[in-house]
Amino acid sequence: MIELIDVSKRFGDTVVLRGVTARVERGEIFAVIGPSGSGKSTLLRLINLLDRPEGGKIRVNGVDIHAEKEQRLRIRRMMGMVFQKPAAFNSTVYENIAVGLRFRGTGEGVIREKVRDALDVVGLAGYEERRARTLSGGEMQRVALARAMVIEPEVLLMDEPTANLDPVSVGMIEELVLRINRDLGTTIVISTHDMYQGQRLAHRIGVLMDGAFAQVGTPREVFTVPASREVARFVGIENIIEGVVVAAGNGKSAIDVGGIPIRAVSPLPPGEDVCLCIRSEDLRIVQPDGGGVPGGNSLPGTVTSIAPRGPFSRVTVDCGFVLSSILSWKAVDSLGIREGSRVVVSFAPEAVHVVGAAQG
Amino acid sequence: MYEIIEGFLEAVELIITLDPDVMAISARSVIISFAATIFATMIAVPLGAAINFGTFRGKKSLINLIQTLYALPTVIVGLLIFLLISRVGPFGFMRLLFTPTAMIIAQTVLVLPIMTGLTISALSGVDPVIRDTLHSLGATRLQFLVNIMKEARFAILATVAVGFGRAISEVGAAILVGGNIMASSFMSSTRVLTTAISLETSMGNIPKSIALGIILLVIALGVNLIITTIQHR
Repeated sequence: MIELIDVSKRFGDTVVLRGVTARVERGEIFAVIGPSGSGKSTLLRLINLLDRPEGGKIRVNGVDIHAEKEQRLRIRRMMGMVFQKPAAFNSTVYENIAVGLRFRGTGEGVIREKVRDALDVVGLAGYEERRARTLSGGEMQRVALARAMVIEPEVLLMDEPTANLDPVSVGMIEELVLRINRDLGTTIVISTHDMYQGQRLAHRIGVLMDGAFAQVGTPREVFTVPASREVARFVGIENIIEGVVVAAGNGKSAIDVGGIPIRAVSPLPPGEDVCLCIRSEDLRIVQPDGGGVPGGNSLPGTVTSIAPRGPFSRVTVDCGFVLSSILSWKAVDSLGIREGSRVVVSFAPEAVHVVGAAQG
Repeated sequence: MYEIIEGFLEAVELIITLDPDVMAISARSVIISFAATIFATMIAVPLGAAINFGTFRGKKSLINLIQTLYALPTVIVGLLIFLLISRVGPFGFMRLLFTPTAMIIAQTVLVLPIMTGLTISALSGVDPVIRDTLHSLGATRLQFLVNIMKEARFAILATVAVGFGRAISEVGAAILVGGNIMASSFMSSTRVLTTAISLETSMGNIPKSIALGIILLVIALGVNLIITTIQHR
């Protein structure tokens, strides 16, 4: 459906995209996640023909969209775009939503019907005659979504559509995105810096870092098997430790981390410099005499801090290197731990995701 | 002080009694300046749009030049048009000198830079996201321009008001190319509010000057009220 082939873009001396390559399949929700300034908006603008790339190709249904000048309007009319900042024309909600249909010469009767249906879908029925600029940010963004939806695009591009909205509005927009994709089969490319939003919505995720995709995969792949240290850090893996593979066999390996042996599942050969990525949720903290994960790693250490995080506590333990775990308040109380307590940190070899240091 | 108060009272009487002379001058002023504003709008809005949305070398310099011409002295415009349409000028054969048409041309030229400049400001003031949204919704070039104009309509309306205000209040060009003539027929006369105020004051006819001044202010106020009302709708 959409093929990005070695796409590059610069603004003056600043290189924003450098060789972006990916493929978005028809009917899927593809999330572009990445930190601010990684080039997400630029990529969507290039797909929507709002900017031109310096290099590479973008193909939609096999057509190189930036090469076909005569077909620009036709290609653009296959797409709809919702921008980060909700922008409303200085007119009524009805007129705002009708704009794209008027551009296509749709009859007034059809426009009336489609606008009414779209308002129903976005939960703004009865808002037709309201001045669009008097709406709240969330309502305005829903109008923008309805405006892009009524033209029934094959591809819907959404550039951080919930970045400035309250949690209730975010929930509504996310629900709409899923509904549009499910009911209309629209291919959706959504950019977000909220990795969990990408996880909630997308069939596949592309992690854009420093102007290129560092990883493209399913949410499960990206969140559990990050391709590099940077991706691991971005998707919220708190424990990233450097080590060297000292023994390997049958897909398992022993890794030396500053003199402490760690067992992990990895195909990398001995002598390889690696990064170990371990999710906080996969670490168990037990009393020194308590039982750890059977057959797993058990590292004695000292609690260095217990910091509240919502309904949980983030417990940091110095085992020769620092590991962080997330525990419920109740678990912290029942363990009876505080700063300075001796504990054992336990985790299974399968909880350790190993990436080559060169990839990081 | 007494003379000023007396002059003011007499001026009010001239207005209330609809003095034919005062009314004719006022009507002529409005017609000439309104016509000039219409012509200037027809030129300035498309020109401003072309400059704003066009990409060409020297664009910034052109905008700077236009902004510099905001302060174009009215007598310079008057002199320029005078030289062009005087009997020995290139358009002398058209016999336009000392006619309302000459005044309309002069006022059009006078307000053109400010109206073009303010049109550029109005269009460039439209939120870039609105521009992107129009492109993204599949607007053709014409649909894009029409919709951007719609978005900037109040700022453009204000531009028209500024143009009319400058046209009706100028005196230098009106005297030079109009000649402040009071002829027998309404449309062959060239006496307008500003030139009449100048003449009546020099003749010591203070009440009439004040009456004409009040009318000039009321017209300016009226135009602003209309614009403000439209902007708040």
